[in-house]
Amino acid sequence: MASIELKNLVKKYADGYPAVNDVSIDIEDGEFVILVGPSGCGKSTLLRMIVGLEDITEGDLLIDGERVNDVAPRQRDLSMVFQNYALYPHLTVFENIAFPLRLQKGRFSKKEVTDKVNGVSEMLELNEHLKRRPGNLSGGQRQRVAMGRAIVREAKAFLFDEPLSNLDAKLRGQMRTQISQLQRRLGTTSVYVTHDQVEAMTLGDRVAVLKKGELQQIASPRELYEQPANLFVAGFIGAPSMNFLPCTVTDGRLSTPVGDFDIPEGHQRAGEGKDIVLAGIRPEFFEDAETLEGSKRDRGSLLEVEISHTEWLGNEQYVYVHYEMDKRVEDTLQSLAEDMDADETRPELVISVSPESKLRGGDRATIWVDVSRIHLFDPATGENLTHDPEAGAELTRRAADERRRDAERAKERTEAAAQS
Amino acid sequence: MAAPGGNTTKIKVGWAVLFVVTLVYALFPVFSILMTSFKTPGDLASNTLLPASFTWQNYEEIFVGGAQTLFLSALVNSIGITLIATAIAVVLATLCAYAVARFDFPGKKVILASALAVSIFPVISVVTPLFNLWRTIGLYDTWIGLIIPYLSLTLPLSIWTLSAFFRQIPWELEAAAQVDGATQWQAFRKAIVPLAAPGVFTTAILAFFIAWNDFVYGISLTSTEAARPVPAALAFFTGASQFEEPAGAISAAAIVVTVPVVILVVLFQRQIVSGLTQGAVKG
Repeated sequence: MASIELKNLVKKYADGYPAVNDVSIDIEDGEFVILVGPSGCGKSTLLRMIVGLEDITEGDLLIDGERVNDVAPRQRDLSMVFQNYALYPHLTVFENIAFPLRLQKGRFSKKEVTDKVNGVSEMLELNEHLKRRPGNLSGGQRQRVAMGRAIVREAKAFLFDEPLSNLDAKLRGQMRTQISQLQRRLGTTSVYVTHDQVEAMTLGDRVAVLKKGELQQIASPRELYEQPANLFVAGFIGAPSMNFLPCTVTDGRLSTPVGDFDIPEGHQRAGEGKDIVLAGIRPEFFEDAETLEGSKRDRGSLLEVEISHTEWLGNEQYVYVHYEMDKRVEDTLQSLAEDMDADETRPELVISVSPESKLRGGDRATIWVDVSRIHLFDPATGENLTHDPEAGAELTRRAADERRRDAERAKERTEAAAQS
Repeated sequence: MAAPGGNTTKIKVGWAVLFVVTLVYALFPVFSILMTSFKTPGDLASNTLLPASFTWQNYEEIFVGGAQTLFLSALVNSIGITLIATAIAVVLATLCAYAVARFDFPGKKVILASALAVSIFPVISVVTPLFNLWRTIGLYDTWIGLIIPYLSLTLPLSIWTLSAFFRQIPWELEAAAQVDGATQWQAFRKAIVPLAAPGVFTTAILAFFIAWNDFVYGISLTSTEAARPVPAALAFFTGASQFEEPAGAISAAAIVVTVPVVILVVLFQRQIVSGLTQGAVKG
């Protein structure tokens, strides 16, 4: 168990391209931190720098307060789960898990090795496969062997490099839960790289969003969702992603291509004097006015729109509305889409409505929008003009408290189990 | 595989015929030599495939008889020189191929190209200068004097086969081993070498054959029993009298030197079968 500090880490390749650029993150002891971002954002490189498989060009990496930039991977005492598992094909499952123990010559007796491996295989339900070789295992089983090899050593921290990306959707869900519970139970500091939003949101105590090697924001999933620092984070977090409407603030009202409505005072001040701003509205900030309960109605504004088409998915329903794209923000939105690995932006508003809603394509409808949760962004800099750092920090503090409570509970439970 | 029933039988029969023809083509000369080795001297010119009467006379000749000194010392030389040359070639080639497949360094292409250039150089054009050089510096008619030229034959081949093989190894395993607590050398030895073993064995056997079968260096760079290998020694066999051909003894010796090769292949067949890398990474 250990804290990990990344201080202004830079990774430059021979051609001068900075794959990781000035990233600073403090990872607390026992914390589960996710590195997320589109492909090529440097998240895997950053992980490999922590574990020591990539050299650090500039900056300092501290594990438990000690600078380890020049320490070999084997001496950093970290364990890692690789994307393609990297199991040793010539060894049985038992020997694969025992491998890190056997490397520490003389530290463990034969019996200790057997006990430890059996303990881990019990935990991961690998008992009946111990004598098999990785080649004969299914993807999920291989994944569990890789996990077993990582946890058997009781290393200072676990590093995961997209460990679930090779599994099918159902198994991924199961393994996600398993990893989360395991991490809570063991209370080991973990860094987890993924490009999957669901993994990022569900697993992480804090999530670091990276773009082109630069850290955009690090915060609890809730803070990222409610208080994104900039356009990129706002667009990247959440599925379907946030709508960005070009608009202007005039006389306390927000005029958008799909209609004008009142906004809170703080928003007015943030947007005033700007030639044009982008209003970030998540699909779930909307609702069909017909199916809305009365009490909520007062908190928002109403819009008259023409619906182009709808998608009904059973548990949710999406309504699409076309609007006129403003030339002044087209480039911004296009480059944002490219940053997020999407091919193009369409001037289309995605609205999430209740599945009971009877709205159909071609209808004119009244849509309710929760104005208090809207964010305004500067299209030139991408900065969130309505960012409330205090409210955001409060969300992250709460997440940290939750984690500590979880850890204490897990500790109590193990102590209770040990006594009985 | 999905061909309709009638077709598959036809294809199977076709393959079987082809297989038998190839087998006969390849093994008939061996069989012929084997039979000759059992013939009596008087029977040698009989122009029949099978000997009139089976005799161990030729084998006695080379193991305990007149050709004993010539053959047994040649056999020892052959085994010793070939094994040493193979071992050196495989160790050097493994390290070289590892570097070539694993690291990017200037001159990587030059190494591979010069290895290829060396291997296509005709042996016969090198052997005369080598003969003079060896006599001058005292390597003529010694084991080392043969091991060095054999390395020039076996090394290029070994480097090429091994670097092709090493390129397919999932290097992530090495990273995994290092994170698990291994030094660079341990990672190589415990994670990479076991995977590379089939390739290394295959290469070793190929290298062994090349050195084992060499004739030109063997006959040109030796003059006595001190270093003369079997293929060269066969040329020095004489009959019981000058009117008698030594064909029987030569055949017996040829059969004897084929045996180690067969044993080697049978012994390492399992290691040669690769597919061991399966399951290292996502299948």
